[in-house]
Amino acid sequence: MINRYPLWKNLLILTVALCGLYYAAPNLYAPDPALQIAGASSAQEIDERILTRAGTALDEAGIDYFGEALQNDGKSALFRLSDREQQLRAQAILSRALGDGFIVALNLAPTTPDWLLDGGATPMKLGLDLSGGVHFKLEVDVDAATERKLTQYETGIQKRLREERIRGRVSLEGRQVAMQFRSEDEREAARREVVDLYPELFLDRVDEGDTWSLYAQVTEQTIKQVIDYAVAQNLTTIRNRVNELGVSEPLVQRQGSNRIVVELPGIQDTAEAKRILGKVANLEFRLVAEANAPVSQRQRFEYRSADRGGMTEWLERDVIITGESVSNAQAGFDQNGQPNVMISLDGEGGMLMSRATRANIKRRMGVLFIERKYRTRYEQGEAGEESVVRVPYDEKKLLTAPVIQSALGAQFQITGLDNPAEASELALMLRAGALAAPITFVEERTVGPSLGAENIRLGMKSVQAGLALVVIFMMLYYRVFGVAAVVALAGNLVLLVGVMSILGATLTLPGIAGIVLTVGMAVDANVLIFARIREEIVGGASPQTAINSGFERAIVTILDANITTLIVAIILYAVGTGPVKGFAVTLSVGILTSMFSSIMGTRALINLVYGGRRVKTLSIGGVGRVAATTPGGSS
Amino acid sequence: MKIIPFMKWRWLAVALSGIALLTAVVSLGLKQLNWGLDFTGGTLVEVAYSDSADLVEVRETLAREGYEGAVVVSFGTDRDVLVRLPDGYSDEQGAVMVEKLRGATEMSVELRRIEFVGPQVGEELRDDGGIAMLTALGLVMLYVAFRFQIKFALGAVIALAHDVVFTLGFFSLTGLEFDLTVLAALLAVIGYSLNDTIVVSDRIRENLRKIRRSSPSEVIDISLSETLGRTLVTSLTTLLVLAALALFGGEMIFGFAIALLVGVAVGTYSSMYVAATTLLQLGVSKEDVMVPEREGADQEGLIP
Repeated sequence: MINRYPLWKNLLILTVALCGLYYAAPNLYAPDPALQIAGASSAQEIDERILTRAGTALDEAGIDYFGEALQNDGKSALFRLSDREQQLRAQAILSRALGDGFIVALNLAPTTPDWLLDGGATPMKLGLDLSGGVHFKLEVDVDAATERKLTQYETGIQKRLREERIRGRVSLEGRQVAMQFRSEDEREAARREVVDLYPELFLDRVDEGDTWSLYAQVTEQTIKQVIDYAVAQNLTTIRNRVNELGVSEPLVQRQGSNRIVVELPGIQDTAEAKRILGKVANLEFRLVAEANAPVSQRQRFEYRSADRGGMTEWLERDVIITGESVSNAQAGFDQNGQPNVMISLDGEGGMLMSRATRANIKRRMGVLFIERKYRTRYEQGEAGEESVVRVPYDEKKLLTAPVIQSALGAQFQITGLDNPAEASELALMLRAGALAAPITFVEERTVGPSLGAENIRLGMKSVQAGLALVVIFMMLYYRVFGVAAVVALAGNLVLLVGVMSILGATLTLPGIAGIVLTVGMAVDANVLIFARIREEIVGGASPQTAINSGFERAIVTILDANITTLIVAIILYAVGTGPVKGFAVTLSVGILTSMFSSIMGTRALINLVYGGRRVKTLSIGGVGRVAATTPGGSS
Repeated sequence: MKIIPFMKWRWLAVALSGIALLTAVVSLGLKQLNWGLDFTGGTLVEVAYSDSADLVEVRETLAREGYEGAVVVSFGTDRDVLVRLPDGYSDEQGAVMVEKLRGATEMSVELRRIEFVGPQVGEELRDDGGIAMLTALGLVMLYVAFRFQIKFALGAVIALAHDVVFTLGFFSLTGLEFDLTVLAALLAVIGYSLNDTIVVSDRIRENLRKIRRSSPSEVIDISLSETLGRTLVTSLTTLLVLAALALFGGEMIFGFAIALLVGVAVGTYSSMYVAATTLLQLGVSKEDVMVPEREGADQEGLIP
């Protein structure tokens, strides 16, 4: 039978439509403004007592809240607020009531009902231009990192040659270490040492008169490794610091070879955010004080890890080296298969370390982790108004205090760790404390919450207005066929939102513009098909044949036209950043869903209306009347 | 169906396009584009005053505080003020300036947005944008050459370049700000205009195979007449939604909507006149499209 879809095809379309509806549905539920409370250190548990304390503070301030609950096994707690306007004030009140040990973050808590959550349906995330927040782009100074690595090679080679009593001049020339010797033998001896010390260097021998030169070149690959390492290290450090800022869903991501993108929804105090992101952590290596040392020469420090919470250690006041001398720390295993951490120091650090440890074998050495933190103080002004003052201070805590087994040099290991997890945690902290390559802010975008809300409102308004205009036009111009196209268009919108939600895509303002554009362009496929059907009727085909060949013949054109647009959308995605990427995503997804809905969906609807029965005229506007008066038109 | 003699008027169209493109190129050369912050680098601050803001006063405050080269304009309403600082101020100045503005007035000043773009980022974006545009044109030409034939590909690309230059010229002449979203819109224009061109080319190819006794010029006239209804309807629906976007979408999306409005309008024209005229001048004929015999046979079979 012509123009009848088999049952399975109708069922397929129905299933796709229902799935789309199901996964798009969470976006209908507006999220509650909320505050999330977490401990400043990962060891801090949130319990009922803290919940009550926070609740009382909010009650006293007259802020309405509901649905307070513990989350993540007592790692955090959530308070939903009735009024978005009060969110900032509530945050200040809670921060004050709970003190510096806790982080209070602005949050938007989803209100997706359980029957949707059970199927894994979640709402789309909102981009910063819609939710408000800060976007930073940081650039890691890779030149500085490369420079440091080169200096490290230079001093390393100098030191080794001195130790091996090989006389020669060592200097840095661009990206290579140049060495000059008096004889070929000396150069050969030096070459062996350099190969042994740094196998990754590319060596080149040059003879100039009576000087025998050796050039150790740093390969592109090594430079790339140095850059990767510097960026990765900064990435880790920034992730740790972002957690301190009290943002519920931060994004820290590497972009290109040396950039890092940080997105902090809900944050507006950019100065504060920058202070925390840009702050420097450091390390200090000191000997553990002997029991009989005078108090004036020793200091007491707490352990940083939660397992040894409360335990302290007395360290000498003299600092052997600081984090600036540490060039790398890597977790691994020693010869016996026990977890360890390998630490590499630069040349000068190695010298200081060996001098300090030579005479102190069997004593212990403590490693201090130093972080710049802020204490919040509330000051009463003259007029009685309250101002918040943040006072910086250095927090020094002990990471570890192992026994010195032998004299240490530029490379040594910490062994006797309990498990690989402890080793990697320690290596991470050592790296975070070591001086990373400097970073600069190359881009910053802050969107206030009111602008974000306004963008959403305006975006929705344009989608509605655009949709209404297209719907009216299509129904007037194509009659019954127009209605089918409009239903398919609505289905397309639902599918588009559903697919974006499943993909976990972020909705941005240009993304909304992409949706509006899709509404306008999605009907194109239907317009093409309907134009063909009209032509077929004018050409004398019967209505049923006209429908069938109209659809069949338009498909090739639709595919060609859409594939080329898809190519452009993909390029847009590849080169665009942030919001523009959002536009490219909606455009691409829109093209795909619109092909499904306007070819399959519309066809199914038209088949339901006209399929499988004798039809004299088609209600397709314009030429429909022509068809009725043409003798061959209805057969 | 009435056949409209499109190609009879093609020299008029060529002249019109020529004048328009010349104006665009001259304007781009003399006035260039009003590059947005994304491309120039610099700092932009938008604040909302609780009541209508006195721009003169804001300018005085900024001059007193030593912000040289600050441009102050109202944005959307008379309460919203936009301040743009040229490249060279540090990334901290945006937040500092908001504090200074707050200190200088009795009204409450709400921060709407701060944007800071470093100079090297802007330069990169400009380069990347140009490369993206060229890549898009190149890939599209390849696809069309593969699916159709090289003459069609040239026609399509010339039509696309025509639309891009025209829209750029429009932005140069009007002095509308050219930011990242406008660049995105321009790429979308390429996609859209291409859509149109493909539909027209598809019909020309079909008719070249089918209609035996007509000259290429007549075949093109027939094809354009046949697709005219579809072209106009699709452009109309797209222009309708774009108008909605320009009217209701707010200031941040205005440039984007305008770029697309201009691009889509000129794209509709170019897919009919520029692409088809190029095709005709390149001497398109039946032989160019006769290769895939089986596909042709398939299509013939569908006609009752």
